[in-house]
Amino acid sequence: MIKHETIEKNIGLMILLIILVISGGGLAEIVPLFFTNATTKPIDGMRTYSALELEGRDIYIREGCNVCHSQMIRPFRAETERYGHYSTANESVWEHPFLWGSKRTGPDLARVGGRYSDDWHRAHLYNPRDVVPESKMPSYPWLFENKLSGKDTAAKMRVLAKMGVPYTEEEANAAREQVEGKSEIDALVAYLQALGKTHSEYTNKR
Amino acid sequence: MSAFWSAWVWAITLAVILGCTWLLLATRKGEQYKETTEETVGHAFDGIEEYDNPLPGWWFQMFIGTVIFGIVYLGLYGLANVKGFYGWSSVGQYEEEMAHAEEVYKPVFAKYAAMSIEDLQGQPEGLKMGQRMFANNCSLCHGTTGTGAHGFPNLTDNDWLYGGSHDAIKQTIAAGRTGAMPPWGAVLGEEGVRDVTSYVMSLSGKEHDAEGAARGQQQFQALCTACHGQNGEGLQALGAPNLTDDVWLYGSSFEKVSHTIRVGRNGVMPAHKDLLSDDKIHLITAYVVSLSDK
Repeated sequence: MIKHETIEKNIGLMILLIILVISGGGLAEIVPLFFTNATTKPIDGMRTYSALELEGRDIYIREGCNVCHSQMIRPFRAETERYGHYSTANESVWEHPFLWGSKRTGPDLARVGGRYSDDWHRAHLYNPRDVVPESKMPSYPWLFENKLSGKDTAAKMRVLAKMGVPYTEEEANAAREQVEGKSEIDALVAYLQALGKTHSEYTNKR
Repeated sequence: MSAFWSAWVWAITLAVILGCTWLLLATRKGEQYKETTEETVGHAFDGIEEYDNPLPGWWFQMFIGTVIFGIVYLGLYGLANVKGFYGWSSVGQYEEEMAHAEEVYKPVFAKYAAMSIEDLQGQPEGLKMGQRMFANNCSLCHGTTGTGAHGFPNLTDNDWLYGGSHDAIKQTIAAGRTGAMPPWGAVLGEEGVRDVTSYVMSLSGKEHDAEGAARGQQQFQALCTACHGQNGEGLQALGAPNLTDDVWLYGSSFEKVSHTIRVGRNGVMPAHKDLLSDDKIHLITAYVVSLSDK
């Protein structure tokens, strides 16, 4: 019979056994997802973000929008009535990193695209209380002053292409031109309006 | 999930359960069914020794309990490709929830869908449903009480950009609207913009520069009447606002009006026909009508 003492006094064996034990969960819960169509194949008709939307996404990350806004609609009626069809894994295949979020101080944004006008987003991001007096969201006035240089956009696209997002070399080459001189608010609003609009597989009518 | 990965998940899960059980039994110390032993683990530090007691019985039994719970849970809820006794799935549960809601709410919506907007004005329950949906879908732009904000129309007055008939309001909600005031700064030049602004302000009897207004009238007649009408009374078919009343979507100061003329305005009401069912749009329309129906 194995003695606990043997393991305790043999640190190499203990490390090995600990690794074996803790990898059980990962092997069963994570590894199969790398090889399953539902999590590795994009949903039908999925398009990539444009250069401007991609820059908007980086601003979204920089400003920490994902700290208060999730992008993950769960399969409950209470959520789908408000936000639209529940989120599925194949919608996030090209998201690096994904922005599902873990907390909702504000509403979910997974399908916010098209729900409000560009003007509303601009007014709301400049000072949320101008349009929603009850709001406690911070203001982001600097987005209206900062301009994008676009010097990194092509490199970002090439990196994403290496990770499996189907950006072409032509798209990367044209990226700077599409982005340069645009203000950050243009990029962020373009990204917000694209959320949930990169494919039309799901009906959001409710 | 392919059969291989399903088997993989099952194999690891069962190995973990069995492994835990084996570990629990294999390392169990002391004599069976005896709570304490006089044996020590065999080491001493500063004269302090350690008894080699078995796990307390209740603790050991809880371990066994969790193993049994795990096996029963697997049987009831299934794992990977194998459905459990309940046949449960998260999507299945969602669809059940939706079917139940459909059963409960469909007759309610059907009842109100059969009524005209006029008749709905006498249905407080229906209007309350409309109010709830307005709060969820419309209040971010139009405000929780429908009074609007700068650039987003007030729905409680009786002024309608695209018409206040019930059909027009419903059409606005379902199909959306896009304003099309072009920028005139380049055409008019800065002086022209100021003159036309003076004229526009004179239309609603606001304080204005009379000389500028006289010059601005010429340009207004040439450039603005196609949409805003000969006398600035507006045209609802185009969403061109009436300039002779004192309702201002984008502000009424000289600066605001001249800015509107200089850079144009393109207010957008998003279409809701792909977001909300016809029955819901019907109830929201009834609620919006009730806001100004005094």
